[in-house]
Amino acid sequence: MGVFNMLSFLNYFISGLSLGSIYAIIALGYTMVYGIAKMLNFAHGDFIMIGCYMIFTIVSTMGLPPVAGIIVAVIVCTILGVTTEKVAYKPLRGASSPLAVLITAIGVSYLLENAALLIFGADTKSFTSVISWSGITLAGGQLKIQGVTIVTIAVSLLILVFLQLFVHKTKEGQAMLAVSQDRGAATLMGINVNKTISITFAIGSALAAIAGALLCSAYPSLTPYTGAMPGIKAFVAAVLGGIGSIPGAMIGGLVLGIIEILSRTYISSQLSDAIVFSILIIVLLVKPTGILGKNIQEKV
Amino acid sequence: MRKTQKKTLITYAIVIIAYIILEIFMKAGLMSSHLKGLLVPMVYYAIAAVALNLCVGILGELSLGHAGFMCVGAFSSAIVSQLLSGAIPDALRFILALIIGVVISALFGMLIGIPVLRLNGDYLAIVTLAFGEIIKNILNSIYLGVDSAGVHLSLKSQMALGLADDGKVLINGAMGITGTPQDSNFTIAIVVLLISLFIVQNMIDSRDGRAIMSIRDNRIASESVGINITKYKMTGFVVSAAIAGAAGVLFSHNIATMQATSQYFGYNVSIMILVYVVLGGIGNIRGSVIAACILYLLPELLRGLNKYRMLIYSIVLIVMMIINWSPALRDKRDKLRKKLMKGAGHGAA
Repeated sequence: MGVFNMLSFLNYFISGLSLGSIYAIIALGYTMVYGIAKMLNFAHGDFIMIGCYMIFTIVSTMGLPPVAGIIVAVIVCTILGVTTEKVAYKPLRGASSPLAVLITAIGVSYLLENAALLIFGADTKSFTSVISWSGITLAGGQLKIQGVTIVTIAVSLLILVFLQLFVHKTKEGQAMLAVSQDRGAATLMGINVNKTISITFAIGSALAAIAGALLCSAYPSLTPYTGAMPGIKAFVAAVLGGIGSIPGAMIGGLVLGIIEILSRTYISSQLSDAIVFSILIIVLLVKPTGILGKNIQEKV
Repeated sequence: MRKTQKKTLITYAIVIIAYIILEIFMKAGLMSSHLKGLLVPMVYYAIAAVALNLCVGILGELSLGHAGFMCVGAFSSAIVSQLLSGAIPDALRFILALIIGVVISALFGMLIGIPVLRLNGDYLAIVTLAFGEIIKNILNSIYLGVDSAGVHLSLKSQMALGLADDGKVLINGAMGITGTPQDSNFTIAIVVLLISLFIVQNMIDSRDGRAIMSIRDNRIASESVGINITKYKMTGFVVSAAIAGAAGVLFSHNIATMQATSQYFGYNVSIMILVYVVLGGIGNIRGSVIAACILYLLPELLRGLNKYRMLIYSIVLIVMMIINWSPALRDKRDKLRKKLMKGAGHGAA
């Protein structure tokens, strides 16, 4: 490897930050749904993939501007998320086994992947970036930051600020916090739990669509399985940051993205996934509540 | 005869009768070579489904890493078979490979169980998934060889092993393992399936099994009556991992070139096995075997269905979960049952 090159390290660090921002956006959706509906939406990653295919269809096939693609993707994913919750998850709320809803979510993930496989085919689609800005050059041309990288990081920060404001300043956000703390008590306080969970799914799925647009702009190959791995890694990020915590998801996502890119560069490209997953195991062994998670005591 | 014993015997009988019928078909030349090739995979998926059902249905924890245990069993037994190739009789070699494959899978089950079984529900599912992917990734990137000087291990390339002329490459990185003796056949696979069924059924009917099921039904209550949660959870998990490893042994001895790809050992395979378990009935061991066999063979036999197979399976999976587990539907069903019972009682009176 030779002498440690500070500039190339910085380059990798920034691309890690960019990937981490994408994980963070996905993890935000995961963590909200997990915090409020108390379920692991295994299909969350596949919402990303559906969003990507929507943008691909609008932009590459129909030739409309990327903005239209993103809007359609967000709308479709939101509807998909809310419908999935209503049809598949809601009937299982309060089921005697916690596995029931998890297995159903796996079924939904499977369904979306295979539906996409039938509709769009198994071949890899080459995705046109939704961001045309080429980026900036620093340090006399030695450090190039791509436009998509900057936009990704900026968008994730914007989303973080928006979500924090939404949760803490609006009535719906307060309802979410109440439902996440105690669903029964929230119901007694006159909060419409079903509506709150629907809103959560709507926000989570819309975020998945945005994450999809950014993910496929940075890594432009699209298959029905595009969303699966980032989805799982984003869950790892959510756990790392402390599940249920919005800033935690952001921190977890960034840390995970940086670790993934740096280990891919400096350790082994084949082992980078193994390293990322080992982090999950270490976190759960050492501090199961994650970086910003709260301790929850089990009551009989 | 007790009811459970009778049920268990029926399961064995079904497997043996199905085996005899298929054997007759094969001997009579009524089976295409394509179909013959599907029989061993069908059985090892059935074994894997039995293993996963022990974990999901009896232990009550969802593992998405069973493909990882299959992978461990497959690779460890393949290495044993390659090392002993020609040194000892074939039958003995396979039995040894099977035992070592199962033991190493069980060890991995224990190793993974230590951190994982402290968690439950969603966390456990995702961590087992992570473990499966880690195992797959590591096996994809190691090079292992052996020569007169001993064992060589490298993470770089086959050349970096620096093998002597008499050396033999065992794991060639992402190229996997080539040339494992093709020791497994339909008969052996059925025998392994019967042994797995025997172990699982006896375990369920034993004191340990009842303790495991009590943890599944109410962890806090069973802890308060003095059941050692960790011990029993671990027992169930390790046995489940060991049986999945046995399925892996059959896999590696049935395929010429084995690679740790997602097609064979990814978490998608774990999910596929989960589909067999759910459609066969969670906790119903016989159901798992039947579902695995039918769901594996059906799309292969009906070629036109193959394209839609996964779509149909996923829809059936979701619908079955909702019908079987939805509290509202359960209430309705219970009410209906009571009504019918009442009606029947009335009629009899």
